[in-house]
This record gives sequence, C-alpha cells and structure tokens, in this order.
Amino acid sequence: MYDPASAVTGKEAVFSAHPEEPAVKALESLAVDAKFDRNELTIEVAPENIVAATTAVKESGYNFLEDVTCVDWYPSEPRFQVTYHILSHSLKRRVRLVARLVGDGAAINTITSVWPSANFYEREVFDLFGVHFGGHPNLTRIMMPTDWQGHPLRKDYPVEGYR
Amino acid sequence: MALVAETVAEQNPSIDDVLKDSTEHNASGQDHTMVLNMGPQHPSTHGVLRLVLEIDGESVVKLAVDIGYLHTGIEKTCEAKFYQQVVPLTDRIDYLCPMTNNLCYCLAVEKLLGLEIPERAIYLRVLLNELTRLQSHLVWLGTHALDVGALTIFLYCFREREALLRIFENVAGQRMMTSYFRIGGVSLEPPLDFYQQVQDFLNLMPSRIQQYEEMLNANPIWMGRLKGVGYLSPADAIALGVTGPPLRASGVDWDLRRDMPYCGYEKFQFKVPTSDVGDVWARYRVRMDEMRESVKICQQALDGLPEGRIVADAPKIILPDREQMKTQMESLIHHFKIVTEGFGVPAGQVFQAVESPRGEMGYYVVSDGTAKPYRVHMRNPSYATLQALETMCKGRLLADVVAVIGSIDIVLGEIDR
Repeated sequence: MYDPASAVTGKEAVFSAHPEEPAVKALESLAVDAKFDRNELTIEVAPENIVAATTAVKESGYNFLEDVTCVDWYPSEPRFQVTYHILSHSLKRRVRLVARLVGDGAAINTITSVWPSANFYEREVFDLFGVHFGGHPNLTRIMMPTDWQGHPLRKDYPVEGYR
Repeated sequence: MALVAETVAEQNPSIDDVLKDSTEHNASGQDHTMVLNMGPQHPSTHGVLRLVLEIDGESVVKLAVDIGYLHTGIEKTCEAKFYQQVVPLTDRIDYLCPMTNNLCYCLAVEKLLGLEIPERAIYLRVLLNELTRLQSHLVWLGTHALDVGALTIFLYCFREREALLRIFENVAGQRMMTSYFRIGGVSLEPPLDFYQQVQDFLNLMPSRIQQYEEMLNANPIWMGRLKGVGYLSPADAIALGVTGPPLRASGVDWDLRRDMPYCGYEKFQFKVPTSDVGDVWARYRVRMDEMRESVKICQQALDGLPEGRIVADAPKIILPDREQMKTQMESLIHHFKIVTEGFGVPAGQVFQAVESPRGEMGYYVVSDGTAKPYRVHMRNPSYATLQALETMCKGRLLADVVAVIGSIDIVLGEIDR
C-alpha cells in the first residue's frame, strides 16, 4: 500500500534528490515549489512565468505536450490549479508543471506558441473552468454551446446543473 | 515542414473565421470560394463531428472543427461517484475500446492506492486489452474502407468482430460495455470454455488479416484514394499532439507499451510497426501490422497465463467473494462498508497513460483523501489528433477529407466525453 512518508515535498528537497533530472536543471530559477510522489515529478511555477517555464522544459528534452487541464480547489485560494503534463520521447519520462491562479479573473498566458497542440486543451479549460488564456488564437467554447452560462467543471456548479 | 509561430495563429480557426474569410475572398472579386457544412449528421464523420469548410472548387482552403455534440459531462459525473462506481462510466467514453478505458482508470487508482495486482490478473488484463485493440482496429478498417467506397470488407471485418464480442460476452456478460476490469484486478474468473474460444480465434485471425489485405492491397481504387493523401510530417505530428498509429506512420518510433511499460507489458515480446511515409496509406499499413502483433501478444498471454488469485489481497478495497460473504461476518462488514461508503484513497495526484488503439490515453486522477475522486480528467487520443486534421487536409481535395478522417480513426464519444 501507498506510504505517504515516501513523498518528497519542497523545492529544496526534491531538487537535491534529483540533481541530474533535466527538468530540474531547466527550472532551477523558475520553480517555486516541487513534489516527488508516486514516482511522478511535479514542479510548481508562478503563472506569469508559464511560457518561460514550458519553453525551458521543452529545450531540456521534454518534447511532447500530453495534456493541459485544471483542478478547482474551491473554496480555498488560489483556487485554480492549471496542470501541464509534458512527456519526453528520449528520456521516457514525464514531468507535471503546475500554476496556481486566484479565482477572481483567473488568467494565464497561452502556451500555443510553444506547443500548437495546447490550442484545444486550453479551449477546454476555458470552456469548463472559465480560466482565461491570454494570447490564445481562438478562445471560444469547445464542449458547451456558445450561449451557455457558467462553467460546468467548477466545484460551485451543481452536478445536475441549474434547474 | 515544421510549424512556425505565424502559422500557429491560423491553426484550427473558429467557424466565424472561416465564414469571414470566405466573405472577404468573394468580395475581392478574384477568388470564388464557397462554404460547405459537413455534419454533424454525415455518414463519414463517424458520429457527430461537424466540419465547416471553405472550398475553392474542390480543394480545401480552410477548415474549422466543431465538436461537443456528444458532451455528457462524464468528468463532472465522476466527481459525484465512489471510486469503484467510475469504472462503468469509463466504458462509455471510448465505446470501441471499453477495456482500455477500464484498464487506464484502474491503473491510475491502483497507483494512488499503491496496490499490487496478482500475476494472473495482469495477464488477463493484457489478453483482453489486446483483443479489444483487435476489435477496435476491425471497426476502423471496416468503416474506413466503407468511407472510401470498398463495401465488401466491412462485412468481413464485422464477422471477426462478432467473434470477439462473443468472447467479451462470455467473459464479462456484456458485449460492448464490459466493465470487466476492477480496481485491484478483474471482476470474474473466466468461464472454462473461454480459453478454447480465444485459442480458436487466435488460430483464425492471422489468415483473416491476410484475407483483408488480399482484398485491399492491390485494389487500384483503394491505393488511389490512400496513397499520398493527408501527409503529416513527424515534427508537425509531435507539435500537434498526435499519438498512436498516426504518429508511428509519420516515422516517430514511440509506443507506450514498449517505451514506458505498464500492466506487465515488459514481459511480452512484440514489434512496433512504423513507417516514414506519413500518409493515409502508411497509417493503414501500420494498423494492419499492429493487428498481427496484437495476435502475438494475445498468444503469449494465453500461453503464459498463471494460476492464482484474480484480485489483490485488500479486503477493504475489493468486494469479498459471494460465498464468503454468506458465511463470514467480517466479509459481510467489508462488503457493506465498500458498497455504502466506498473506500478512502490517500490524497495525491497521478497521471497514468496507456496505449489505446487510437493513441495515448491518459487518466489524471486527483484525490483529496475521501472515497470520491476530487477530479478525473481523461486525455483522449482522438481529441488531440483532431487538431492535426486541418494540417492534413489543407490544399487537398474535398474527397480526401473523408479518407483522412477515416485514417485518424476518431471516436466522438471520447472527443466530447
């Protein structure tokens, strides 16, 4: 069974435990927090640095953007956790980048200039969570109808909808 | 040619962009384009995909994808269910490979729990997962051929698919929405005639794949419609998030089963077919070769199937045996607790990816320590691959769009979720 004590938390601890990891080297200055849990590396960066961070990670060998999604930690703040899963075909490993956004006017820059595939993923997050992606080429609803009110995957949106 | 920053802004335009562009082109008096709506009710869009195309004569100038017609909010529903109740929901996401969805979700939750799965369950999972891949590829081949005008092959493919669905029914009690894999193992011990049934199918299948190829490989219409159509360069494939057979057909040698093994795939010997050509034909070749490899994996799993338990030894997580429940007080208590209040999962987040028939399927599960998942997100291969549709179709004939859609093997259930 899983042992919570096996997790390594904190930037200092994780970065000193994995000094050779390319993502760790690339994000030495940009990371604000880190966690190594269940063999998965999570690095938190400030939202304003997301384009710089993803570019640095890409240059360090993580060439494939798998996924962009969001977790709503309502009612705690910062509310939104935008999560990026990035895979390396050569290292056969993945890294998770995380940026936390406050709920009021949640916005982050788009990474479509780094990976064009972020286009649909970011539109989905915009549609279902209401997180705005600055500079996105086509930020419109993708799952819900264009005239829909509200963002269904937010935790304060009822599971059965408003009736 | 790799995508550059200026072209990114023009990638995957909205419907309004297509309409606006067409108006501008026509107002200039030099270009004469028209806007064509394709779908959502169109036989070659494999469900409810809607495309809005700007066409100049018969060539595609611009293409916008409109999805969401099947959106049922499965991710939201998952948050309101216990961990074990999510398994049947995952079947409905990609209805052509339900077992792959089950597998991916179960692996993710098992990773959160740190659960060890017995060897027999691992082998059964691999066996059924590869049979599911064969089943999915058979539907792809049948419908893809149907789209480009080869009607006969559809019936042959569905004949073999029927045999596979009978196997699934025998083992899980259901033909399509199997929900056979459970957190901690599989739900039932297979019936005694299951092994012979699978063996008969595996004996037959290689000759049947041969038969399909004999019908298609030298067919001049099939070649004319597929060769040189829908080219995708390796750099574009990676930039646009393409995975699975389309990625391998573009020359990127990447298969999660071999490169990042999960569920015991490191114990099996198989080749990963690739091609450098990058067109629709290459995707057809890669998938056909993949079917042959799947048959080999199934044979290895069937031959090496060990004896033993089919679920992990974790009474607080896995429902007890029916007989034990009637005789042992403790089992009855565990059963009652699991059914009424679920089981707590240690807080944390995991991302588990598997190689589905369409590419990389990933489940991102976040737990806050309670019995219900805090967040379940699915990374679906068709959703990402659909972004490359415009790159593959631009400047090509309208009829090629149909061939390209068939070659990326989309399932709208998993795109819209």
